[in-house]
This record gives sequence, structure tokens and C-alpha cells, in this order.
Amino acid sequence: MKKLMQGMMLAVATLAVCAGAAQAKQLVFCSEASPAHFDPGPTTGGNDFDASSRTIYNRLVEFKHGGTDVEPGLAESWDVSEDGLTYTFHLRPGVKFHTTSYFTPTRDFNADDVIFSFERQWKEDNAYYNYLEGISWDYFQGMDMPKFLKSIEKVDDLTVKMTLNEPNAPMIANLGMDFASIMSKEYADQLDAAGTKELLASQPVGTGPFQFVDYQTDAVIRYAAFPDYWKGKVAIDDLIFAITTDPAVRVQKLKAGECDIMDYPNPADIADLQADTNLTVAEQEGLNIGYLSYNTTIAPMDNVAVRKALNMAINKPAIIDAVYQGAGQVAVNLIPPTMWSYDKDIVDDAYDPAAAKAALEAAGVKDLTIDLWAMPVSRPYNPNAARVAELIQADWAAVGVKANIVTYEWTEYRELGKAKDRPGAFQIGWTGDNGDPDNFFATLFSCSAIGVSNYSSWCNDDFEKLIQDAKKTSDQAERTKLYEQAQVVFKEQAPALTLAHSKVFMPMNKRVSGFTMDPLGIHRFDNVDVTE
Amino acid sequence: MLRYILQKLALIVPTVIGITIAAFAFIRLLPGDPILAMAGQHGITPERYEILKEQFGFNLPIWQQYFNYVGGVLHGDFGISVATKRPVLTEFLTLFPATVELALVAMIIAVALGIPAGIFAAVKRGSWFDQITMGVALTGYSMPIFWWGLLLIIFFSGYLGWTPVSGRIALNFFLKPITGFMTIDSLLYGNWPAFVSSLRYLILPSIALATIPLAVIARQTRSAMLEVLGEEYVRTARAKGLSPRRVVGLHAFRNALIPVVTTIGLQVGTLMAGAILTETIFSWPGIGKWMIDSISKRDYVVVQSGLLLIALIVMAVNLIVDVLYAVINPRIRVQ
Repeated sequence: MKKLMQGMMLAVATLAVCAGAAQAKQLVFCSEASPAHFDPGPTTGGNDFDASSRTIYNRLVEFKHGGTDVEPGLAESWDVSEDGLTYTFHLRPGVKFHTTSYFTPTRDFNADDVIFSFERQWKEDNAYYNYLEGISWDYFQGMDMPKFLKSIEKVDDLTVKMTLNEPNAPMIANLGMDFASIMSKEYADQLDAAGTKELLASQPVGTGPFQFVDYQTDAVIRYAAFPDYWKGKVAIDDLIFAITTDPAVRVQKLKAGECDIMDYPNPADIADLQADTNLTVAEQEGLNIGYLSYNTTIAPMDNVAVRKALNMAINKPAIIDAVYQGAGQVAVNLIPPTMWSYDKDIVDDAYDPAAAKAALEAAGVKDLTIDLWAMPVSRPYNPNAARVAELIQADWAAVGVKANIVTYEWTEYRELGKAKDRPGAFQIGWTGDNGDPDNFFATLFSCSAIGVSNYSSWCNDDFEKLIQDAKKTSDQAERTKLYEQAQVVFKEQAPALTLAHSKVFMPMNKRVSGFTMDPLGIHRFDNVDVTE
Repeated sequence: MLRYILQKLALIVPTVIGITIAAFAFIRLLPGDPILAMAGQHGITPERYEILKEQFGFNLPIWQQYFNYVGGVLHGDFGISVATKRPVLTEFLTLFPATVELALVAMIIAVALGIPAGIFAAVKRGSWFDQITMGVALTGYSMPIFWWGLLLIIFFSGYLGWTPVSGRIALNFFLKPITGFMTIDSLLYGNWPAFVSSLRYLILPSIALATIPLAVIARQTRSAMLEVLGEEYVRTARAKGLSPRRVVGLHAFRNALIPVVTTIGLQVGTLMAGAILTETIFSWPGIGKWMIDSISKRDYVVVQSGLLLIALIVMAVNLIVDVLYAVINPRIRVQ
């Protein structure tokens, strides 16, 4: 009965909301998947970040809309010491946290919030380090933050000093990433005192453009514009995520006007969507790479000439046409052309089966048989690895190389693939985290990544020196030079075949304006407006 | 009667034990690992992996994991989801009403159309009605739900614009759940437009989900009726000069009902299986979609407990059907 009375009272409130909603500007985003929860620290999926960090939270620095350059966020400015070891952040004054039905802040954002946001992921004695069962701070660990961070100290309420153990030029870009979102320490303390720490993940409070209203599991997430947002209230009033798993159904919802914008359409639907006069389809090259890693420690692929010959035997444009259906472009380098330091002077290995065959013979390789690994899942950087494998198999057969296609369940695939003694050529890919070239070069091909994410088990002294030097200086011109040289070494040594960079599409109703595609694959709605 | 029910209950115990073993083993037999599946593209350090394995108890010998799981279940603890970190029972209870609402409406459609169609087809055996009905039923039975659901959306929502595409209610209605049944909640709130909206959103998914049970019930009713119509007491009833309606409706149908009720009971399992696909295609936030997501994440805890909870409910419904069966047909109790 009590529940019923509560319900009735809510009904009145609901009717009031509906009555007031007539003039409210509403944007409905048909999103692909439900978020695990609303704490961007321990989550790893793009759908988790869209629902939490990019709507509810801010970071010390932010990525500019539509790019990978960083701009001031909750830090107005920052200084880096000459030795690259000390970062001093000057925090923005007057930033408010959300006032919600479950929390009313009594103070503005300050240094305590910054320290808490990192220490909860870093210090095992922090009350929130294990606040959910089986929690894991994957990005904080994955970006090597525990290795680089020496201390984070409060200088005064609006100044934070971060000290590193060794210089790390990508640090600022790392701080723009989702895991570095700033939480309210006051709210966290309040939850801790009440013995309900787990609510931090289901009832979030941030400083971001939207505040959390409600989540109906697996169905709908509701946000309202935060009236006191430090950049000023955004143009739309209500933001709704309608979780719709199937891409074909998302398209139907968009066409029927049930949502205004959707993510990840099927490549096959794009032409039809572009032809629809009520819709616009935004597109951008993804910040990603699909590639084929040779194990460079096992003969005959320890021989550069053999790897080059195998590359020359593969007709990349034909694969892009057949598999990516217009949603991809041939990858010449490891990093995509939109990333700074991309070397456009590098010439790709030309498709030349005759030369490939001759090179294999010259290297004394006869009757070569290779395990050719095909990912069991579809990813933007490789929508159909099985089909890619078949096409490569046919190309290699033409030069006398036999390929055995192998595949496993996805987690097992990656585990087996990273083993140092894994035989053969391994299809895999990467999506950039923060727009820094280091996030590609060092993560995927540094010596220390062997057995982790260096699937070629490739450790080249020249390449390693270039990428490590580039990490130590924050001078972007100098870093660019070093990365350009690294790309030359990479092409000469061919530890992998760079296959494709994908294109990402975002169809939306014509009434939506101001949406910018983000190369990092995140979806942000703070600049969006809708016309009625 | 009590003895009969106790006998049925006694049978449930070994079934439940079997299900706990099957549910526990099934997800572990699939290749893959819940902790690695969560880790994202950076992967996870081996040390952290071991710590997490220990936290979830995945490092224990398999038999011990099983006994911990069963021990927890006996204490009402169904575990914490690996992916969302929420109690499995909480998630189940949040999502279950949506599945029940959809399955109930689908069942009503299947029974309300299936039984009359079966009766008419039997009475008019060999007629064009019989042939068309049984042809349609066979087609319905053979239809892959995923494809059929998408076809319904494209035609009725996309082409004709008559029905909404997917979801449970129009997004401008924001009702905090009371019972979890959208139709009932909207009535409790006294929100008539919301009620109408929730019905509109039920149309396509319930048709998609009803299709197979409808086909099965229609065919079962037809064959049961044909059998009964050939019985001597029906001939006697006809010879007594009873009207055809009385013969079919009273004498034949009541006796034909027994196998039909059994079939309807068995369809509860079919509805749960069908809900998995229907909910995925129609973005219906129920336990079917939840199971699919959890299997793909290798969320052992959710899959083993979720399957058990679903199985318990299917068994409870079947028990009720068995009891009803005994009420309709006293001979069963004696046997």
C-alpha cells in the first residue's frame, strides 16, 4: 500500500514533468549497448563512456570537439617543469557539482576532488579502491599510471601538483581520457559514511554538461541539462539514450523518428541512409588500425625479406573493397592519416605477386605454410576477419604460400595471440585512446609490450630508441620528427602488414545540428541543438 | 490430491539439482573468460588477473565453486554480476516483469486465436479453412523469430507506420516502475495516454513471440478435437439430436482440452526461449536480452543463477499445469 501511495505521488510528479515537457528540447540517441554502470574508472567500453564520462563528468583537460588536441577542462592551465617530472594544474574556480535528488553539494569543485579521483584508482588503502566486488581499474593500469605517478599533492584549494617518476610526454593526453574523470569527494565521503559506497556507480554526480536522472536497466537512460554547467547550460534540455542492440532496428527507429541520432550502422545500410532526405550521415576516419602481425622471432618470418614478400603478395585495395564496403581505407602506416606526426611520404609495399615470388625464392623459402589467424568478432577496423583471411589465403596461394586459417573465441584468441611463441600471422587491430602517437607505437610495438600487446614479438633497437626518446620530450615538433623516423623503420622492417583504417558513420535526423564526429569514437552531445 | 502434488514436488528436487549442475557447467564449457572479457583492449596484468580470479572465487577447484554456488543459492544469495557488480537477484527482479508482461500477452494471443482456429479446422476438416489454417500454422512454426520480428518491424513500423519500432513505451512517458508491468503501472498512475502507448509497444513483440505457441496450440487443438470427434460418445450425442454447437462445445471440446492444457503448459518453456530472441530484436528490457548479453560477456554468475531462476519458474508453471490437469481429469490423480 505504501508503495502504491508512493507511486501515486510520483504520478503527480510525472504528470507535472510531462506537462512541462511540451517546450523542452529533447534529443534521443539510439545507443548500441547498456552501460555496465556509471563509473568511468573501472569500465572499458565506448558505450560505458558515452553514458558516464562524456555526459556526466569532466576531466582536468578535455579533447577538443572533433579532434585529438587537448584544451583546458577543469584545469584552467598547467605548467610542466623543465625536466618533465612535475605538472602543476591551476584549477578552474566556481565549478559546481550536480544537485540531484540524492545529493546536494555544499562546496565547489576543488583540489580534494582531483586527488580523490586518482587515488581511488591508485592507492589500495583508499576507501574506494575495492568499492565494488571484483572491480578493476583497467585503464589506469593500462596507461601505466602507477608506473609514472610518484605523487599527487594539494598545493592549495585550486592548485594540484602531480609528480612523475620519469618523463612521459603523453601524460596530458592521458588525463583527457575517460578514466581520468573527476568525481566529487564530498559525495563519495557522504556515501561512505552512509555505508552505500556502491551508489557511486549507479547514482553518479559530476560537473559535466548533463546530470543523471534515471536509468531503466537495459532500456532507457535519462539525463537533464545541468543548469549551472561551468561552460553555460547546453542547448538541449533532455538527453535520452534509447538502448537498441540491433543495428537494423536502430535504423528503423531513426527513420520512424523514434530517435534523432544513432551509432554504428551496418555498412550495408549506409547508402540507403544517405539517400533518405530526412537524414544526414556524418562520417569520419576512425582513429584506428587493422593489421596482420607476423611473429618476427620464428623462421622464416624472422627474415625481413620474407615479411616484405608476404606483404607484397597481398592485394590490399581488393580486400578493402570486398570487406569494408566503402567504410575503410588502405593503411600505409601504423597510425591513421588524421593523427599528428603521420608521415605521408612513406610509400607502401606495392602489390606485386611476381616480385613477391622472386623475393621468397631469393630468400630460399620453399613450400611455406603459415597459420593465418582470423578474429572471431567484427570490429570497425576489421569488420570480417574471416573474409579477410580467405582473401589473403588466395593471394598467398598465388605466390606458392599455403595459409591455414585458424580462429578461437575472442578472449582466448587474444590470449593465444600474445604468446611469444605463437606461430604465423595474426589479425588484430587497435583503436586510439587519446590521440597520441605513443598510444599506437609504444602500446603495440615497444619491446616491453612483447607478451602483452606486441603480437609480432618484435623488438628493434632503432625503433625502440626513437619511440622512447619521443616519450621523454614534450616538444611536439621534435616528437613529430622522431615518430616520422619510427614510421620509416617500421615500413622497412615490416613487423606487420598495415591493412586498413576504418571510416565511422553517424546517421542523424536533419533537425539535429552541431554534432561533431570524434576521431576517438566517443559521442558527445554538449554542442548539439535540435529544431522543432 | 495432496499426495499427487507431493509426488510432483518430489520429482522437482532432482530436476533442480540437475539444472544447477547443467547451468553451472554450460557456461564454463564455453571457451572464454569473464575477467578477460571485461578487460577491454589494453588487457589486464597477470597479477591483477589472479587477484580478480580470487575475488570471484574462480581460482577454487571446480567442485568447490559449484558447492559455493549451491550453498549461496540455498541461502537466497544468487551472487554478484561480474560485469555490472549488482546482485543477480536484484537484476532478475527488475527485468523479470517485462518478460512476464510480454509472455502473458503473447500467451493470450496464442490461446485466444489458436484454440478456436484448431476447433474450426477440426470441425471443417479438409475444407479450405482447415488447409489454410494448418498451412499458416506450419509456416508460423517454422519461422525464425529473429527474421520474423525484423520483417514485422520493417512492414508495420517502417512501411505502414502503424506501430512503434521498439521499446516498452513512448519516451515522453517517464514512469517510475511500481509493479514493473508497464501496462499496470500506467493505470496505477492513472495515466491513460501512457497505458495506450504501452499497449501499442506490446503489439509487434507479442505477435512475434506468440507465433510459435499459436501454431503449436492450433495444431494440437485440431488433432485432439479430431480424435475426440471420432469417439462413440460424440456419435451418441449427435444421435440424441443435440445441436452441433453443443456437441462440439460441451462434449468434444472439454475432453479435447486435456492435451491442449498440457501443450499450453509446455509452451511456457518455448515462450522463455522465444523471449531471448524477441527481446533482443525489440529492445525489450527483459531477462531474455539479459541472458544473451551475459552469455556474450561470459558472466558466469549471471548465467548460472539466471538459468536456474528461469528454470524454477518454468517448473513452477508446469507444476501448476499438472495440478490443473488433475483437476480437469480425475483419472490422473488415481494413477
